[in-house]
Amino acid sequence: MTRVNAISAARVSIGAMSGFRTTGVASNAAARPWVRIAAAIGRGLERAFAPEHNPWHQLGALGFYLFWIVTATGIYLYAFFDTSAAGAYASVEQLSSEQWYLGGIMRSLHRYASDAFAAIMLLHIGRELLRGHFASFRWFSWLSGVPLIWLAYASGIGGYWLVWDQLALFSITATAEWLDWLPLGGDAIVRNFIQPIDDRFFSLLIFLHIGIPLLLLAGMWIHIQRISHVHTLPPRSLAWGVLLTLLALAVAAPAASHAPADPTLLQTGLALDWFYLFIHPLQYETSPGIAWSFAAGATLLLCAMPALAARPAPREHARVDLDNCNGCARCADDCPYAAIAMKPRPGARAGQRFPVVIADACAGCGICAGACPSSTPFRSTDALLSGIDMPRRTVDDLRRELERALAGERGPAIVVFGCERAAALDSVRAEGVLALPLLCIAMLPPAFVEYALRAGAAGVVVNACHPGECEFRLGPQWIERRLSGEREPHLRTSVDPSRWALSFAGAGEERDLAQAVASLRAKTSAVEARGDRPRLRRLGNA
Amino acid sequence: MIGVLRFLAQLALYVPLMVILGYFSSAPRFAHLPQDRALMRVSFSHAGERLRECHQRTPEELAKLPPNMRSQLDCPRERSPLKVEVELDGRLLLSLDVPPSGLHHDGAATVYRRIELPTGRHEIAVRMRDRPHGDFNHRATTTLDLPPGGSVLIDFDNARGGFRFRS
Ligand code: HEM
Ligand code: SF4
Ligand code: SF4
Repeated sequence: MTRVNAISAARVSIGAMSGFRTTGVASNAAARPWVRIAAAIGRGLERAFAPEHNPWHQLGALGFYLFWIVTATGIYLYAFFDTSAAGAYASVEQLSSEQWYLGGIMRSLHRYASDAFAAIMLLHIGRELLRGHFASFRWFSWLSGVPLIWLAYASGIGGYWLVWDQLALFSITATAEWLDWLPLGGDAIVRNFIQPIDDRFFSLLIFLHIGIPLLLLAGMWIHIQRISHVHTLPPRSLAWGVLLTLLALAVAAPAASHAPADPTLLQTGLALDWFYLFIHPLQYETSPGIAWSFAAGATLLLCAMPALAARPAPREHARVDLDNCNGCARCADDCPYAAIAMKPRPGARAGQRFPVVIADACAGCGICAGACPSSTPFRSTDALLSGIDMPRRTVDDLRRELERALAGERGPAIVVFGCERAAALDSVRAEGVLALPLLCIAMLPPAFVEYALRAGAAGVVVNACHPGECEFRLGPQWIERRLSGEREPHLRTSVDPSRWALSFAGAGEERDLAQAVASLRAKTSAVEARGDRPRLRRLGNA
Repeated sequence: MIGVLRFLAQLALYVPLMVILGYFSSAPRFAHLPQDRALMRVSFSHAGERLRECHQRTPEELAKLPPNMRSQLDCPRERSPLKVEVELDGRLLLSLDVPPSGLHHDGAATVYRRIELPTGRHEIAVRMRDRPHGDFNHRATTTLDLPPGGSVLIDFDNARGGFRFRS
């Protein structure tokens, strides 16, 4: 990704993360310790990975990617699989030995990618937990994630049964004993596995191992319905890195079977896959009841998280003003949470659609306001009315604040537009530096940069969150692309690039923000000294 | 230079990932059955006898019933629980009272028990009572040599002559 005019991504400075405050913010999420831990992990990994390839910010995409690897290898394995109870074991063995260079690798990849999937899923849950992403408008993403855990485990555990070796027999017996613990009545399920299994039952196991992953995929698709512009593939370098790691592992430690299943002679020490099968030892070392308490308790706790969460500051959602809307749909395109539906309206031209905000899904980020062409501050109306805006902080507020602040300055000042969750703006406020907070940096209509310069600012710093840390997913990405002209609404190319800068100083990286301000100040002073600074002009509607 | 350093740093992360995935996908080993043990499982499903015999209703009893339910023969559906005992080398190892299943206690009773045994030669005796009164009415004994990991299943099938040992 090329960063037009950008200050290089801010470096890790966790030590400086405490003791800051931003103005006009009801609750600074970034100041919470868990959020800081999540940020520290991401910034730590950034020493090895470019910010946009940081796996910490790609866990969901990695989950999808691993799912595809598992699917592709699974289809290959199935082609050589004997679906009878008597033949399954031998067919897997044959594939692993006679075709070790392809079939064997496929089998190992299938196993290790599944393991990685479980691990990545747990990390993904951990990251979202740390960032507090389980409440408020995220309830849907959170709750739709919970069944995926069960489906992922059911898929993974069921996969081990198909080998029909001693491990399969152990795992299916354990699972059956676990299920039988429930007072469901009827014949004990485990009775099916204490004698040789019949083909009909084995077909059922195969059916489950195809059906449950399909349900998982459907669940994953539902899971991402409330977010837009989702990456379901990681960046290429990361994708290769993961694939090569799995391949290397497949070559170094090919997946192997135990002895064939034999209900009369059980193997006593089993090489367990702890990523999936840990529940069996838990059950045998404690009791099926405790294993159930663990599984059900964890599920209930996860489901209750949205309700248990500390009540967030009242969130307000975007409001549409149809008098100032032309139906261009930029707001809907840019909304990170698919919270804007474009709908026809009585009285409008056929085919014309207008935005409707889905209040329950709206994050209140204001990104839509930054996308709306009516938000340009150059409009000469007394009040700047956008087609879509945030009542808590309107673009009109922003323009008034900017004008008032510039009017109060003695000389040309540097204006900092900053996300309220990024580096604390108080840290740079000083004589000659004006700082204006935004709900999200992509709430800034890019024309404000030009407007500030024309209104007398010496330079403009636009400060976004640290890459990957945006509370609203897409803020830094949208502002970068709008400022560089890759996305509408864009900053006009006639604006002198030496007079503005985009920085990515996140919470705790106040020093990087200060540096961005200082280096822009140095650049603009050099321009001033050469005397080619454009004439200052106040715009008329303060 | 930065590129090379980045590459090395990534390698330094991918290698542990590989090691962690590789290790925990098959280790540490889990012994669900200790090395020197064998497993006995008692598992069957059997419907006990009716708890009470059918009896002819007296005219008084019939008069008390609603008209649509006045049938001569009264057959309570409730079944007897099973009493099951297993002896190992003359010592009582297991004694169970298994209730019938079903809302009206008229279904089969299901037994599933796993018991770890020392390996070696054992005399195993099993007996069951599936009626409300009297002594045990089903019995079987066997002598088995159980290797480590060996498994014996005690099954019951009335149609095939009662208890069976399978190993
Ligand atoms: C089967 C495994 C899963 C996959 C493949 C998966 C995939 C994804 C993807 C691709 C995203 C979008 C990330 C983005 O572009 O910003 C996402 C977001 C999210 N996931 Fe998952 N997910 C999985 C399981 C879970 C589970 C188990 C939970 C929690 C219980 C969960 C909670 C969330 C939340 C809260 C978000 C929204 C983040 C936000 O609003 O910024 N996910 N997931
Ligand atoms: S405020 Fe954010 S989440 Fe809500 S509609 Fe606008 S862009 Fe979408
Ligand atoms: S971006 Fe503005 S003008 Fe375009 S549809 Fe949305 S509210 Fe209307």
